[in-house]
Amino acid sequence: MRRIVLFVFAYGLWLLLTLPSGQDWPVFVAGGVVAVLTAIFFGGEFSHRPLSFLNPRRWFWGILYIPVFLWHMLVANLDVAFRVLHPDCPVRPGIVKVRTALKTDVARAFLANSITLTPGTMTIDIDDDILYVHWIDVFEDGENIEANTKAIAADFEKYLRRIFE
Amino acid sequence: MTDIVQTIGYIVIAVGVLFDLLGAVGLVRFPDVYNRLQSATKSVTLGTLGIMIGIFIVKGFSPLGIKAIICGVFLLLTAPVSAHALSRGSLRFGAKMWKGTVVDAYGKDKLGGPQIASEEAESEETESKENDDEVA
Repeated sequence: MRRIVLFVFAYGLWLLLTLPSGQDWPVFVAGGVVAVLTAIFFGGEFSHRPLSFLNPRRWFWGILYIPVFLWHMLVANLDVAFRVLHPDCPVRPGIVKVRTALKTDVARAFLANSITLTPGTMTIDIDDDILYVHWIDVFEDGENIEANTKAIAADFEKYLRRIFE
Repeated sequence: MTDIVQTIGYIVIAVGVLFDLLGAVGLVRFPDVYNRLQSATKSVTLGTLGIMIGIFIVKGFSPLGIKAIICGVFLLLTAPVSAHALSRGSLRFGAKMWKGTVVDAYGKDKLGGPQIASEEAESEETESKENDDEVA
């Protein structure tokens, strides 16, 4: 089952790359052969719950997540831009702990990636449910895990839980 | 109508280039490895993503536009992983954090003490730099 889903993904990507430029049929056949080989050899590495890709509710939240995430990214970028251009470079950096409520590995990986992509915060390591985050503007002394979690991760968690769990 | 769309696309590209520039300025101005990684990997990711989206807006659903969008998605998936690997690697290697750093929970938990540079190390560094200048 997961080999079929992986094949659909691989061949769909190939069609996206080749179809608009009006290629001939050998291109599609070659892409299909490579997609089948990919699915056979690497299907075992793919998601353990391939059917969840077909769940429309996950797709809905996933698409809703894109503008939310881009907005966070833009605001944080403007914040970092202000710090870069300020004459004194006002940074209070530090590594703080964040506790995540997410359970699955995929959701945690995406949470860590989202945190890293919003400037000002960067995930350094993850240890079970504790994320170590380098933060450019630490809140107070940085020891309050709940406050850190609220400021850094809470907005993303709401969406990621609905998408991946 | 197409003129307006084209203009919006070029504005998005210009904003992307601006964020790339700010990322480069931050790379020079920020004090230590980790802050520089912040600006070098994140501002630049948004900047490059802006350029890709701008290309897509200008070109529409043409071969070039779709390839730009696919590039943007791969950028979003790979850039944070490299930022994480670089920062974790330099922390474990022993690159000290800036002396103004507030807290280092990771060093406290995993490396047996905060990895924050002390004042003396900082002043020694500037002294040796001055000596180098004199020699030159």
